[in-house]
Amino acid sequence: MSAADVLAIFSNADFWSAVLRIATPLIFGTLGALICERAGVLNLGIEGIMVAGAFAGWLAVYDGANLWIGVAAAALAGAVFGLLHAFLTVSLALSQHVSGLGMTLLATSVSYYAYRVFFPNVSSPPTVKPFAELSAIPIPILASQTPLTWLALAIVPVIAWILYRTPLGLALRMVGENPAAVEGQGIDVVRLRTGAVTAGSALMGVAGAFLTLSAFNAFYFNMVNGRGWICIALVVFAGWRPWKALGGALLFAFFDALQLRLQQQAGGIPYQLYLMAPYVLSIVALVIVARRATYPQALMKPWRKGER
Amino acid sequence: MRLEARAAPSRAAVILAPFVAVLFTLAVAMLLVAWAGAPIGETYALLFDGAFGSRFAWSETLTRGTPLILTGLSAAIAFRARLWNIGAEGQLYAGALAAVAVGGLHGGTGFDLPASVLFPLMLAAAALVGALLLLVPTFLRTRFGVDEVVTTLLLNFIVLLFVSMMLDGPMKDPTALGWPQSVSLRDDLQLDKLVPRTRVHTGLVYAVVLAAVLAFVVRATTLGFETRAVGANARAAAFLGVPVTRTMAIVAVISGGLAGLAGAIEVAGRTGYVTLDMSPGYGYTGIVIAMLAGLHPLGVVAAGIFVAGVLVGADSMSRGVAVPTYIADVIVAVSLISMLVAMLFARYRLRAT
Repeated sequence: MSAADVLAIFSNADFWSAVLRIATPLIFGTLGALICERAGVLNLGIEGIMVAGAFAGWLAVYDGANLWIGVAAAALAGAVFGLLHAFLTVSLALSQHVSGLGMTLLATSVSYYAYRVFFPNVSSPPTVKPFAELSAIPIPILASQTPLTWLALAIVPVIAWILYRTPLGLALRMVGENPAAVEGQGIDVVRLRTGAVTAGSALMGVAGAFLTLSAFNAFYFNMVNGRGWICIALVVFAGWRPWKALGGALLFAFFDALQLRLQQQAGGIPYQLYLMAPYVLSIVALVIVARRATYPQALMKPWRKGER
Repeated sequence: MRLEARAAPSRAAVILAPFVAVLFTLAVAMLLVAWAGAPIGETYALLFDGAFGSRFAWSETLTRGTPLILTGLSAAIAFRARLWNIGAEGQLYAGALAAVAVGGLHGGTGFDLPASVLFPLMLAAAALVGALLLLVPTFLRTRFGVDEVVTTLLLNFIVLLFVSMMLDGPMKDPTALGWPQSVSLRDDLQLDKLVPRTRVHTGLVYAVVLAAVLAFVVRATTLGFETRAVGANARAAAFLGVPVTRTMAIVAVISGGLAGLAGAIEVAGRTGYVTLDMSPGYGYTGIVIAMLAGLHPLGVVAAGIFVAGVLVGADSMSRGVAVPTYIADVIVAVSLISMLVAMLFARYRLRAT
């Protein structure tokens, strides 16, 4: 393994295509988690919501629906679990940690249960025809991506614009910093937070749909494999900012794609060490940014009307 | 409608909460059973029979309950101090690996030490690596403010890959063809059977004794008081002179150590070696058990056996009727959420406005 080998990897367009592909579910998931957290609600349901999205999207398409209807089904599945999480943590002001973990357990187990109800005896899941590459577009690297990757890149400026340039975004950021002040403005804290968690969870559902409708073509157990937790780490790394979330997802995907290539080329080193790298990297990144991380002030603080 | 705080938590509600939560959960599960097209009555009868209906069913439930009680205790003590240890799964695997590292038949014989020396060393090693695995995230939180939820979760993946690497490498059982499996534990280090001709082993006794010790610690010692104080309000506790960082570290050692022990006891009592599927999420299920028990150590024993019964019962039920065994995981998840809501009504009442 020499410097020339590494350079050869970087000069290969396939490598950069892989970076974008790996980044796509992370972009959706990180933005979804970011919206929830900006409104003051930690959503540890993300891991399970991605499973539910992956399953719902795939099932809809298998059932004959259009691929975009599949994506909508995934978003809907995410939104349903988001609504439940919001009811528990916002309306009832229960522990965001425990409720989020509960959502992950529930969304995962319900998806697996439903999979087995629909397909009791199959050893491998039936496949669907996934999104095709948008090869008509004459831009290298982007031409080898599917529409969902384009969508992921497109929603970054949209979410940044909503958060920083609209009254809704201002209210949303404010409710994560100081819900009492939002209440003072005559805005309903519970409705605002519920809306944010539901919308953010819908994005998490789409992140899952990318796995079954774009990256792969079927629903497998354990296919989310910790991506949701990585997104939770990426939100902190990004300092709760959409553009930095995109940067973080791309940086993470860069290292993930790199370890995959190195794994194929360099012999002698156990492959598990390469697979560990993304998780180790996430922890290191968290430690680096922790000191200057400015958490939304009201994150994880339950808010009850009339209570201080 | 709004929630209004009760002046004091309702005692009746606190005691009733787990039962209401479980009943609600069974009602939800009923809908899922009906959806799968299976007869509800027969399904529940099979589930109950498979869990508690015979001597064999009880023995299987108690065998499954042993690691669950230990991971439940691990979560209960940590959550009392609001140390969110979601890493019990990794700590369990690390403990299992450490147990085999100390007591395994490396090179066909293992270490040349008597069992009376090696057995305590084996348990200590397992508890130690579990404790270290939680001490690092705890240190990162107290020193740098890194959220331990994410770090402990990510560590689970790292540990599992490390175990996989060891099972391919230095700890590999050369006689197991193809399957990633560690060398076996020495015969004289394996736990005795508690009941002849069943799989129940003396690990259950360890788990129950540890629960009793922990119940005493949280109720009647300074550490128990300090844990509660740190959990209720760490800043206020610091002002009152509670050593917050030290308390967190001790809680981390106990919590991680218990999860590590769960791994060692599972190896010594049931499997005899480490595989990558030896725990079907015992670490995560432990969190649910701790919550069902209201974080009370003795409650963990009851909740652990209940959850083990659901898991074992669902396995045996799904062989009889067409209900996927994943119903057990749904029941565990729904019972966590409904317990959370039920406990809320112990502290609050609903008022129409």
